[in-house]
Amino acid sequence: MTTTWQPSCSLELIRLRAGLLHEIRSFFYAENVLEVETPILCQAIGTDPYLDFFSTSQLPGNQPVLYLQTSPEFAMKRLLAAQIGSIYQITKAFRKAESGRLHNPEFSMLEWYRVGYDLSRLMDDVELLLNQFLPAERFPDPAERISYTDVFLQYTGLNALQFNLSAYSRVAEKLGFPEAIRLCADDHPAWLDFLFSHSVQQHLGKTGLCMVFDYPACLPSLARLNLDNPLTVARVEVFIDGIELANGYYELTDIAQQRSRFDQEILLRDRNGAVKVHKDERLLAALQSGLPDCSGIAIGLDRLLMIISEKNHIDEVLAFPIENA
Amino acid sequence: MASYSTSEFKGGLKLMMDGDPCSIIENEIVKPGKGQAFNRVKLRNLKTGRVIERTFKSGESLEGADVIDLDMQYLYNDGEFFHFMDPVSFEQYQADENAVAEAKLWLKDQAMCILTLWNDAPISVTPPNFVDLEITETDPGLKGDTSGGGGKPATLETGAVVRVPLFVQIGELIKVDTRTGDYVSRAKA
Repeated sequence: MTTTWQPSCSLELIRLRAGLLHEIRSFFYAENVLEVETPILCQAIGTDPYLDFFSTSQLPGNQPVLYLQTSPEFAMKRLLAAQIGSIYQITKAFRKAESGRLHNPEFSMLEWYRVGYDLSRLMDDVELLLNQFLPAERFPDPAERISYTDVFLQYTGLNALQFNLSAYSRVAEKLGFPEAIRLCADDHPAWLDFLFSHSVQQHLGKTGLCMVFDYPACLPSLARLNLDNPLTVARVEVFIDGIELANGYYELTDIAQQRSRFDQEILLRDRNGAVKVHKDERLLAALQSGLPDCSGIAIGLDRLLMIISEKNHIDEVLAFPIENA
Repeated sequence: MASYSTSEFKGGLKLMMDGDPCSIIENEIVKPGKGQAFNRVKLRNLKTGRVIERTFKSGESLEGADVIDLDMQYLYNDGEFFHFMDPVSFEQYQADENAVAEAKLWLKDQAMCILTLWNDAPISVTPPNFVDLEITETDPGLKGDTSGGGGKPATLETGAVVRVPLFVQIGELIKVDTRTGDYVSRAKA
């Protein structure tokens, strides 16, 4: 048996990636956004209920267990709290048990924060940056901005903010997903995740960038509540060609709320039997000192490359995907 | 039988679903943002051949199905059962009409085929992709027509009816694609 050593993607793709990274850096340089580096290996990790992570085994002595970061968010927020101003980072992030057409356990992420920006200005940023990469012949339309409730209503006929089990079940059956009733039971966020990923997402961004904003408050992540509609949070996801490309927030700065979201997520992780995690006290201390008003977003660069180069599988844009790493 | 978690799902894996053995055709992770992950799976029901799509929550497990494919020789049909033999062990199996289904149109005595066993009982038969069969009945075609245009129905020795070119005659062997039921060419006897 011969051992494969060659890269999985074409050399052309490796050059395309280098070009993309260069363009991104030029964009942020021109915008006066500072490039930063933060650790990939940290003493704390996010509490996201559905993200699984890699960690080191217990080291000898009293050395702490270290975690490979699922995103650079916490460390970047500590820089923001230190009043560094707007920043961006191109880094690797790691998510265990995610492998498939759109997932590799190690992936490249572009994450940036704009001090003083709200969600709508952040969306301007995304549009400006991404539209220079998307081939105009395939994506001729201007970027679309649509609220989560509107897009959910359009494709499912359901009110995303008001959970009604019998209405949701009827729609699941009508759309051909009767198993959703067993899988989601009376869990509203699970229903939203199921229906959005099975019946909404594939329609988004077919002819141009699609930004879905103002998520239901039961899918808050680290976004702040909208003051004018507290049933929603200031969160945006970006879709192109049916693929989810980015996730951003008008960042939560309130330490009490942050602490309680951590607690809720940890509780949910326990209930689901997920690996135990602790609150990142360094992030909380940074919030205590004061996170400036800011918005931030993370973009999956491998997926962006897939879209630009019209590839169907993430392995086709990676030099060494996990099976060949 | 072992059970398999969604993280072990891949094409070809045989699983029990709704009481029937199924084979995975495609498995895609569906994961909205930071939300819950699902596996959208396309499966073939190995008893009926029907293709179904089903979503599972990532982390769920399904029981494996004890299914194997064996190369077998078709022996004969006794009116009720079709009899097959493993050419290596000489072990014999009988399959009913349901299991043989469409495959009976292409099975000639002594021909090799694939027998799928579930818990040691045949549930389906897959003929070779191409078989050579004799024409037992067809209208006489126009002499000298070798264009292949048009065509006519022909009954084969197994009872299957396929469309053949006008120049092919009774008693000739022809090659047929069993996946489509299409005539491919004349076969050399």
